[in-house]
Amino acid sequence: MDPVLNDFQPYLLGFAYTLLLFVFAGVLSTLLGVVLVAMRVGPVAVLRAAGATYVTVVRNTPLVIIFGFFTFVAPIFGVKFGWLDIRIGDVVLDDLFGAAVVALSLYTSAFVCEALRSGVNAVPLGQAEAARAIGLPFGGVLREVVLPQAIRASVPPLASVQIALIKNTSVAAVFGVAEAVAQMRSFTNNFSSERTGIFIMFAIGYVVIVEVFSFGATRLERRYRVAT
Amino acid sequence: MRISTRFKAATAAVLLTGALAACGDAGSDGDDEPKVDAETVDEGKFEEGTYMATLAEQGTVNVGVKYDQPGLGFKGAADDIPSGFDVEIAKLLVADLGIDPQDTAKVNYEETISDNREPYLKEGRVDLVLASYSITDDRRKEVGQTGPYFVTGQQVLVKADSDVASIEDLAGKDVCSVTGSTSIDRINESGARGVGFDSYSECVAKVLDGTVEAMSTDGSILAGFAAENEGELKVVGDEFSEENIGVGYSLEHPEMCEWINGVLTEAFENGDWADAFERTLGPSGVETPEPPTLDACPA
Repeated sequence: MDPVLNDFQPYLLGFAYTLLLFVFAGVLSTLLGVVLVAMRVGPVAVLRAAGATYVTVVRNTPLVIIFGFFTFVAPIFGVKFGWLDIRIGDVVLDDLFGAAVVALSLYTSAFVCEALRSGVNAVPLGQAEAARAIGLPFGGVLREVVLPQAIRASVPPLASVQIALIKNTSVAAVFGVAEAVAQMRSFTNNFSSERTGIFIMFAIGYVVIVEVFSFGATRLERRYRVAT
Repeated sequence: MRISTRFKAATAAVLLTGALAACGDAGSDGDDEPKVDAETVDEGKFEEGTYMATLAEQGTVNVGVKYDQPGLGFKGAADDIPSGFDVEIAKLLVADLGIDPQDTAKVNYEETISDNREPYLKEGRVDLVLASYSITDDRRKEVGQTGPYFVTGQQVLVKADSDVASIEDLAGKDVCSVTGSTSIDRINESGARGVGFDSYSECVAKVLDGTVEAMSTDGSILAGFAAENEGELKVVGDEFSEENIGVGYSLEHPEMCEWINGVLTEAFENGDWADAFERTLGPSGVETPEPPTLDACPA
């Protein structure tokens, strides 16, 4: 534990990257997930099939392979994130960070889509029919009636998906992002005699982040429950 | 009656071993690599009760090596035994125990990655570690390390048409290496930004596709990659760090230190060491240096 406490800056910097990966990928995956679920429950057959195919392909592919695709294969086809270069103090958001966010977002969005779809299925069919009956178009049905109820029903699974995302960011450690796990490996390499303490310190970091997030999710769940 | 059954079994075992050895020979005929032959261990070569005596008697040994560092410890998909300088030195040690280093039934070349070298030694899962194992004070708290049998330093690998001449030219830029390695720390200390991947070959891919301008680690490893991608990659700059690569053993068997040093000294003197170097790191253009000075064993 001492090596981490004596040299706390890399620890904080590592978790700063972890959090940034989570925030960017969390927002993007949620947006993309909503689009996907709209496609999957929508009236257009082509979009329904496209959404289902996307979920099947992406959800059945290991995250490491998706990462590998965006860091090793995509650059060959000219898909690079070289334009990305944001520097805030010691934090540098560059092309490798961009690739990590894209990989995480695309991967997580498939799970967001399915979590939301479970919520959509929980909304009684009569709700959608009633919304159609008062003349709302499909977008309106979804936006005004179905999704608000669906999101409420899917807060717990959505929270699980996002918690999985927090921990999935650790895959970026071997794809050029100096996030928490990468820093941890530097620590264990330099202070091999303190390995257990270092593991515990980094585990605590993840536990704290996840706990804060799930606290928020639980509050949200409770508030929604009152409103319905 | 009982004795004769045992005798038969022993004879069968001897014949079977002979047959297996013959098979082994047939298999390795195509290899042009010179074999390190097992030495005959005379009675009393290893003092009674030492771990070397135990190993020599049981006739098997577990050696921790790297599988992913060309020139040092590398095992291709079709290889029985990993190859490289670390492995060659390991073979010398194994042979000194009277064990045939080519016989995978007797010698288990276990893969050790950077993170499990100390745990494996402490658990006794491996008896020796020769896995580009830098000698550090912190590691010596946990395991025995002696040597060095090789001194190397970090250099920079860039595209052949790059203007970068040394690590100083890369200040503030991304330089690739393996996540959590000492090399990453040295890159960060030099003012460049270390970005970590899972293996050096992935870094090579990143340098080749231009996402990362350079990669950096021990010069000997880089030389191997430069030779593999001749005309596309080059090694530049002076060594800006010094790593002393040594042999790891368990602190439970401190007597191994003197023995390891003895074998290494012999190899330095009779040319086996230089020979192993030329065969493994020589082809990628690294000149054979003078053998390093060994550390004294802790009393």
